[in-house]
Amino acid sequence: MRLARRIIPCLDVDGARVVKGVNFVGLRDAGDPAELAARYNAEGADELVVLDIAASRDRRPTFLETIRRVAEQLAIPLTAGGGIRTLDDARAVVEAGADKVTVNTAAVERPELISELSQEFGTQAVVLAIDAKREGEHWDVRVRGGRDSAQLNALDWAWSGVAMGAGEILLTSMDKDGTQSGFDVALTSAISGQVSVPVIASGGAKRPEDFAKIFTAGLADAALAASIFHDGVQSIRELKDFLAAKNIEVRFPC
Amino acid sequence: MNVAIVDYGAGNVPSVERALRKLGATPERVRTPEALAGASTIVLPGQGHYAALIRALDERGMRVALVEALLHGKAFLGICLGLQALYQSSEEAPDLAGLGILQGKICALPDSVKLPHMGWNRLSVRRESRLLAGLTGDDYFYFAHTFAASAASGETVAACEYGVEFGAVVEVGRMCAVQFHPEKSGNSGAKLLENFLGMAV
Repeated sequence: MRLARRIIPCLDVDGARVVKGVNFVGLRDAGDPAELAARYNAEGADELVVLDIAASRDRRPTFLETIRRVAEQLAIPLTAGGGIRTLDDARAVVEAGADKVTVNTAAVERPELISELSQEFGTQAVVLAIDAKREGEHWDVRVRGGRDSAQLNALDWAWSGVAMGAGEILLTSMDKDGTQSGFDVALTSAISGQVSVPVIASGGAKRPEDFAKIFTAGLADAALAASIFHDGVQSIRELKDFLAAKNIEVRFPC
Repeated sequence: MNVAIVDYGAGNVPSVERALRKLGATPERVRTPEALAGASTIVLPGQGHYAALIRALDERGMRVALVEALLHGKAFLGICLGLQALYQSSEEAPDLAGLGILQGKICALPDSVKLPHMGWNRLSVRRESRLLAGLTGDDYFYFAHTFAASAASGETVAACEYGVEFGAVVEVGRMCAVQFHPEKSGNSGAKLLENFLGMAV
């Protein structure tokens, strides 16, 4: 199998700026989205995700403008999400330049949204984001930025989402997110080993070893991180050199 | 150079436009058979469901114009569904006839691998190709699809392997098609698009 494991930087955007925080609190400015997008595109990022963390109606035009500015910088795929509740919301994001859309809380509240998006754009364009938190022997789905329980088992929800047309799962561990203590191997392998679509692991990334582990033991098809790339703590090129040395298939731009 | 992009109301038109503009070309969206007939260089982009593309071409009366353009040897690049549409039919929508320029049927990739085939993969180049000039098996291209053409067809100039070997690049004269998305494939994709523009001159 020569399909490369993907490294995906994520831009959490509040209006026109990239922000970062720990466990969704204490947000700090982390730069201009278009500048970061250009940098990651040049450094060998395999995709880019842009999330509107404010996701409020009145800020929507600003977010769409941000997608346009980011898309202009990219020769790699762009996923956008945050606050997509309807087919029209998704159309606006796609028209602004996103190749895929990601849905989270709105899909939990109205699962048909997944099939509507999949029929309109194709399964390859629908990314179901699941925020999961360990509850005893299983993982609970969290919504509204991780604040509330959806009263759903994450594995069951992943299965349903795929059945309804999600082509990919963006799986964030609420236990690991913001901790920089490594990806959640148990969660990711449990979900990725059971669903038929690619899984993007998210939350907890810090060291190159964390990425190697999530691609091997964690069975992840892609790995997403934000702060470590924004801060320049981890260069994408060096990360890929490390993974290649571990015999993990990664793409080096020619 | 003007490049007509067939706009059937879905698909990856803006990113294709962006990629072509960066190479100095002038993309123009075409939505009618008349506009297509007047074009000398044509790109048929596509993503999503096979039926959406075929139905849209028929509803807009563009099927005949497209086939004529291909038979007249106009420079053509099909992307993703734009490759699949060249064949006779697809398992994704068995009742719909494809453009039928190429023999064969588009089939689902095996379920022994995760689907869609999503991400960056490499090619096995089978023979010399103008479209792939300067590109090798070391170049990665971005794929996002579940169905694919057989690698056995004689038009296949490069194959890709994912669960099974499938046709990734087709080239017959100036008719080209790729299963991946060159507009999303970094410098390698840009090189391929540049080669295509060179073939169109």
